Amino acid sequence: MNPRFLVPLAVFVGLVVVLAVGINHSRQVGVLQSPLVGHAIPQWELPMLTDPGRSLSSRELKGQWYVLNFWGTWCYACRAEHEQLLKAQRDARVQIIGVDWKDENAAALDWLSKLGNPYTQVVTDQDGRTAIDLGVAAAPESFLVNPEGVIVYKEPGVITPQSWQHEFLPRLPPQRGVPAPGAGS
Amino acid sequence: MLPELGHFALVLAMLLAGLQAFFGIVGPALGRDRWVAATTSAVAGQCVMVATAVGVLVYGFVNFDFSILYVAENSNSALPLMYRIAALWGAHEGSLLLWIFLLSVWTLAVAVVARNLPPRFAARVLGVLGVLSCGFLLFTLATSDPFHRLIPAAADGRDLNPLLQDPGLAVHPPVLYTGYVGLAVAFAFACAAMLEGRMDPDWARWTRPWTTAAWAFLTCGITLGSWWSYYTLGWGGYWEWDPVENASFMPWLVATALIHSLAVTEKRGLFKSWTLLLAILGFSLSLLGTFLVRSGVLVSVHSFAADPARGRFILAFLGLVIGGALALYAWRAPLLKSSAGFDLLSRESFLLFNNILLVVAAATVLGGTLAPLIADTMGQTSLSVGPPYFRPTFLLAMIPLLLLLSVGVHANWKRGRLESSVRALLITFVAALVLGAAVVLGAFGGRHALAVTGLGIGAWIVLSSLVDPVDRLRRRLRLSRALLGMTLAHVGLGVAVIALTGVEAYTSERDIALGAGGSAEVGGYAFKLLGTQPVEGPNYNATRATVEVSRDGRLITTLFPEVRQFWVQQQTRKVAGIYNLHGTDLFIALGDDLGAGRWSLRAQIRPLITLLWLGPLLMALGGALALSDRRYRLARSAERATMPAAAHGEAH
Repeated sequence: MNPRFLVPLAVFVGLVVVLAVGINHSRQVGVLQSPLVGHAIPQWELPMLTDPGRSLSSRELKGQWYVLNFWGTWCYACRAEHEQLLKAQRDARVQIIGVDWKDENAAALDWLSKLGNPYTQVVTDQDGRTAIDLGVAAAPESFLVNPEGVIVYKEPGVITPQSWQHEFLPRLPPQRGVPAPGAGS
Repeated sequence: MLPELGHFALVLAMLLAGLQAFFGIVGPALGRDRWVAATTSAVAGQCVMVATAVGVLVYGFVNFDFSILYVAENSNSALPLMYRIAALWGAHEGSLLLWIFLLSVWTLAVAVVARNLPPRFAARVLGVLGVLSCGFLLFTLATSDPFHRLIPAAADGRDLNPLLQDPGLAVHPPVLYTGYVGLAVAFAFACAAMLEGRMDPDWARWTRPWTTAAWAFLTCGITLGSWWSYYTLGWGGYWEWDPVENASFMPWLVATALIHSLAVTEKRGLFKSWTLLLAILGFSLSLLGTFLVRSGVLVSVHSFAADPARGRFILAFLGLVIGGALALYAWRAPLLKSSAGFDLLSRESFLLFNNILLVVAAATVLGGTLAPLIADTMGQTSLSVGPPYFRPTFLLAMIPLLLLLSVGVHANWKRGRLESSVRALLITFVAALVLGAAVVLGAFGGRHALAVTGLGIGAWIVLSSLVDPVDRLRRRLRLSRALLGMTLAHVGLGVAVIALTGVEAYTSERDIALGAGGSAEVGGYAFKLLGTQPVEGPNYNATRATVEVSRDGRLITTLFPEVRQFWVQQQTRKVAGIYNLHGTDLFIALGDDLGAGRWSLRAQIRPLITLLWLGPLLMALGGALALSDRRYRLARSAERATMPAAAHGEAH
């Protein structure tokens, strides 16, 4: 066999190797969490949905576990997530603070009255500034924050029963009178 | 229920494509003629199933079926019908389905025409296409199912990417994909020849029209994309050398080389193994390019949205198909001997230079496109490769190519004698230079004297291409469609070169800030902002500015550039105001609200830009004309030639 005719194949094999390394490399990048995980949540203070005159801030929530959930009525995936949030609220393991993101208040109130309200408090982020501070790319996104104000987990998409069971609950402290996670629900 | 039917149709299509591959490749190898004959039936079945799946998804889009995840993600109840259909190729899953659909349409076309080819060879071609279809269908079903259900169904969809909500972009992907996928046919012909272990003397004649057709579609697709980015992205650019553009340009360069090397293989029986390699390379680059872009392999290095499962599947498939073809090439290509020789100044030589330069150009583009990926895998900090790399390296290959073209079209096959053409070459060369200089001095006041080179080269290509056909007309000789097509394509290239030079050298551009009633001068034209007002579209709100353009106090036109804010995705998209004045575009795009009634605007005067769209269009038309030449109309098979009655019946 004339080795000249093997050159294209050899070049191609080299290219495939580069691409293969590239894919695996990108996978490592993919599992990296948000750079904010493990760090204090950026300070935020947002108006309440029901009473825009009042506001809620990260300082007031110091000392408590909470989930900060970014959503909007324009976001169809948030609707898919809603069921799970309602269930989580009934479990009452952690308070969920809703951030109605780039939305209209009337639409948000309508949504909550129709579908039920899973949130302890709902605040609004109309200009999206807080979302930018937290690096929110698309709704829904949720942050689990501990009493020290440190983000311990970020869910970059819809909270599913699986992610609630395997990512959120195990990070929360076991509650008195409530079986430890995994022992049954 | 319907989406499940669509999913099931895809499963059946995959099985049928598998059968098509099996019958088409194993049948001829074992000499089983009934298997060979069954290949066509498998093709027909596969096409029907794929078309069913496409139909179901389109039906879902048209009827707002937001229980299909893909529909919910890419359309909205306020989205106009035309874009609900175009939304089919608005994202990964659907474009993959479109790719599969176009592949099955090309396959069907081949199956219909291939009735006149030797049955075993035809079966092999269809078999190779079956492997491709089967692989793509498996990929879709395993990683990118377009019929995935969303439970519970969304109340409304997330809308189509606003950038895609434009007539130009609605047609651009299907046309471009038709070109991409069409290269699969040349690839299949090459693989079939290698499987046979011999190249029929007629092989190049069978392959050429398919390659030309795919090339013409690619040409149109790339031009449409360029035109779209010119008028919607808001900065008036038409080519930025980004990976998406490069992905379509590399196969085009190699396909152009392939068209020319096929000419040599057809006329002289030379360059056989080289032609095979180009046929493999063209489709490989179109595969590689599409997936670099579509799978996010290239982008994924920098983003979180990478789906490694998809990337791995693609890579395995690429490795199997391209690696398989190249291994086959290493095994079989040495068997193909080209015995004839040719002189240094023969047409064969010029076409060889053409091929080398085009492949070098494609390689520089590939290198630049992959460099960031390679740097990243080697742990380097992210590397960005842009026009400062691409422009000079690309020109380095292109300028000699363009200069050789004018001489090459006058070279004879085999014999290296240019004497008879020297006079014509000199006359056209001088005429082109004078023309170029006249344009630079006359129309542009002598600015950018170097533009004479570009304008001269373009004009020389146009003039020298016309010498031969004009000469034939004078001698009252017949002009074949192939010759006319070639001439038209070369003239188109010359026109494009002229346009590129003009646009690059003589564009005047200014970013201006104007309040209502304010005006600014750009390139001799006065742009006056009369005011802005809100307008409402079917699914967006827009700010529309009214801008009067005048020259020497005389009103030329009133333009209405817009910034559209789409409701659902909260994204903006610009629509520039463009007026074409004798081939020169007066371009105005609306920028940001600077407050206090003032707006930023970008004004451009782009001379000769109309020719930039016209040139490629002529090239594509030339391709269409050439492939309709009578020598590509396949003679009826020997069997039918002996049965005139049957042939007669067929004609009606």
